[in-house]
Amino acid sequence: MLDISNLSASIEDKKILKNFNLKIRNGEVHAIMGPNGSGKSTLANILSGRKGYKIEGKVLYEGKDLLNIPIEERAQKGIFLAFQYPTEIPGVNTNNFLKTSLNAVRKFRDLKELDSLDFLKLVKEKSKNLKIEEKILSRQLNVGFSGGEKKKNEILQMTILEPKLAILDETDSGLDIDALRIVSDGVNALRNKNRSFLIITHYQRLLDYIKPDFVHVLVNGKIVKTGSSDLAQELEKDGYEGVATAR
Amino acid sequence: MKQEELRESKEYKYGFTTEIESIRAPKGLNEEVIKFISNIKKEPQWMLEWRLKAFNRLKSLKEPNWQKPKYPKIDYQNLYYYSAPKSASNKQKNLSEVDPKLIETYKKLGIPLQEQKRLSGIAVDAVFDSVSVATTFKAELTKKGIIFCPISEAIRNHPELVKKYLGSVIPITDHYFATLNSAVFTDGSFVYIPEGVRCPMELSTYFRINASETGQFERTLIIADKDSYVSYLEGCTAPMRDENQLHAANVELVALDNAEIKYSTVQNWYPGDKNGKGGIYNFVTKRGACRGKNSKISWTQVETGSAITWKYPSCILQGDNSVGEFYSIAITNNYQKADTGTKMIHLGKNTKSKIISKGISAGFADNTYRGLVKINSKASNARNYTQCDSLLMGNNCGAHTIPYIENKNSTANIEHEATTSKISEEQLFYCNQRGLNQEEAVSLIVNGFCKEVLQQLPMEFAVEAQKLVGISLEGSVG
Repeated sequence: MLDISNLSASIEDKKILKNFNLKIRNGEVHAIMGPNGSGKSTLANILSGRKGYKIEGKVLYEGKDLLNIPIEERAQKGIFLAFQYPTEIPGVNTNNFLKTSLNAVRKFRDLKELDSLDFLKLVKEKSKNLKIEEKILSRQLNVGFSGGEKKKNEILQMTILEPKLAILDETDSGLDIDALRIVSDGVNALRNKNRSFLIITHYQRLLDYIKPDFVHVLVNGKIVKTGSSDLAQELEKDGYEGVATAR
Repeated sequence: MKQEELRESKEYKYGFTTEIESIRAPKGLNEEVIKFISNIKKEPQWMLEWRLKAFNRLKSLKEPNWQKPKYPKIDYQNLYYYSAPKSASNKQKNLSEVDPKLIETYKKLGIPLQEQKRLSGIAVDAVFDSVSVATTFKAELTKKGIIFCPISEAIRNHPELVKKYLGSVIPITDHYFATLNSAVFTDGSFVYIPEGVRCPMELSTYFRINASETGQFERTLIIADKDSYVSYLEGCTAPMRDENQLHAANVELVALDNAEIKYSTVQNWYPGDKNGKGGIYNFVTKRGACRGKNSKISWTQVETGSAITWKYPSCILQGDNSVGEFYSIAITNNYQKADTGTKMIHLGKNTKSKIISKGISAGFADNTYRGLVKINSKASNARNYTQCDSLLMGNNCGAHTIPYIENKNSTANIEHEATTSKISEEQLFYCNQRGLNQEEAVSLIVNGFCKEVLQQLPMEFAVEAQKLVGISLEGSVG
């Protein structure tokens, strides 16, 4: 599904990713862990198409050169980024945003656009599973949402847009234990043999709920260690430094 | 080239011209031309005298030039003041007799006039250059005592009402363009809602400029008698031309005791091309008098077209407890300019006014909100709330907010809020990441920014207006 080879990225001459390599196959869940400033979010940004980076290397998504595809087309082709800091858009109704987005994606996938009635039915069902209060969905997008509400809203969007590759950028930060469980259940419900996940996190906590197939440790723009989900436990015990130097 | 043409037409799809034989007054502004207009409209003598009085006054007036958008001098002697399709004589015909070319034109504009395809629940008066060519649902409205007809017809058939109210809100001496209009106005709508009647449908007028080198001088007069209600909407489009054309309208509203008038405008005159060539000069005087106690006048405007928009739909809050509202969206793109806002003149006790203005500027455009809130010494307990928000797109456009407040009464409560913001890269990225392209994203964000105003529009038009907001800004983000 995703094949990253020798990816380097820099902002204003500051190198953030250095010859980064990663392969994600269909249905796999990969976790990327690493200290602050190790390049985790940069990776998420580059995959989703955020501008401002000088990029070298190659990224293939479903066999095609991802880096030349416009941002919206990446989304339509199934790449979803759950934002670390979801953006507030005043005046735009959350439900309306979601519907517009879903229909843009459905149109690209040659599916019939949903009318308001069908959409509301869908969103009602999905938001119930995530324990999102309906009244939140009629508020302005992310405006005045609590940290937890914002993150749940990201997962709701993911659930509705049914991506092929979901990138979760520190979705667990700012969540309390209950919300963490709900969000994890939401992610787990979406796991299947075709859908892949790239989960970016600081803490092993999230990985207690979402069991990854692979854990990668990212330090200074490079993967220094790859292992199974046990590696996350190790990290919790020894810290990033311990794992990085024990290499 | 062809692709360029296609692009252009996508941007302004109303830019076509109807080939139709027309009758014109001789070029120029003089007494003969005014007599020609009055004569062809079979007006009574008093109307002609009224026009000539205005014309005399005009000679002593100077064109104002305090506005922000400047324009090259208009040669008033080099304009046609009357142009009408030959087939539409001064008397309006039955719909079945209207020239098929005109029916076709309105169909292309999305305004079906034929009996079977009419917009349900909306009565339409169609004004083409200097004449009204058709009015729908007239019979149904007449049953309720409502008069909805071209103003030319009202002058002949309802002289007592016209004499009483025409010029009572905008005196013929008011200012240069208002006086010019009083001298040479051609057509527009007349509405009278009798006492105690709630108008059962939306009334609307669709203004179309077609002929070249012609000015359009619309005149509209709406009277809501005691305890009545009416919602009225106007739409406007014009062909794409390299020349600038003048649309100088006067619109007067009168609301008596407990009456309410809701007046909405969706203005989409040709804005000129990408380089600022051509487009309409939309210099309009709109004023409403809340003459009766507890009366209410509400202006809603969506201004997306015109090379220059220069207008201040205003309310004179004369009756005690009367209410004036102004909701505005002004969008300027490329080289468009707007200087628009409102005047709220509080004269009666416990009068209230509310101003919500949303200015959006893109490209090299310049957008000014200018508004006056005036509280008279006798207007005790007056209240005003003003909110002016500006949204900038790109680094080459401008937004200005110029509020004037004149308060002569210490019991007044006046609030003013203003914000200026830009669409952030972050917001666009978020929308893109959810599958929306740049134009869809801009449209969504801008519609969100304008929501409070769009909500004021009658349902039937809100959807169209939303689309228009998106289209007007196409190509504005790189």
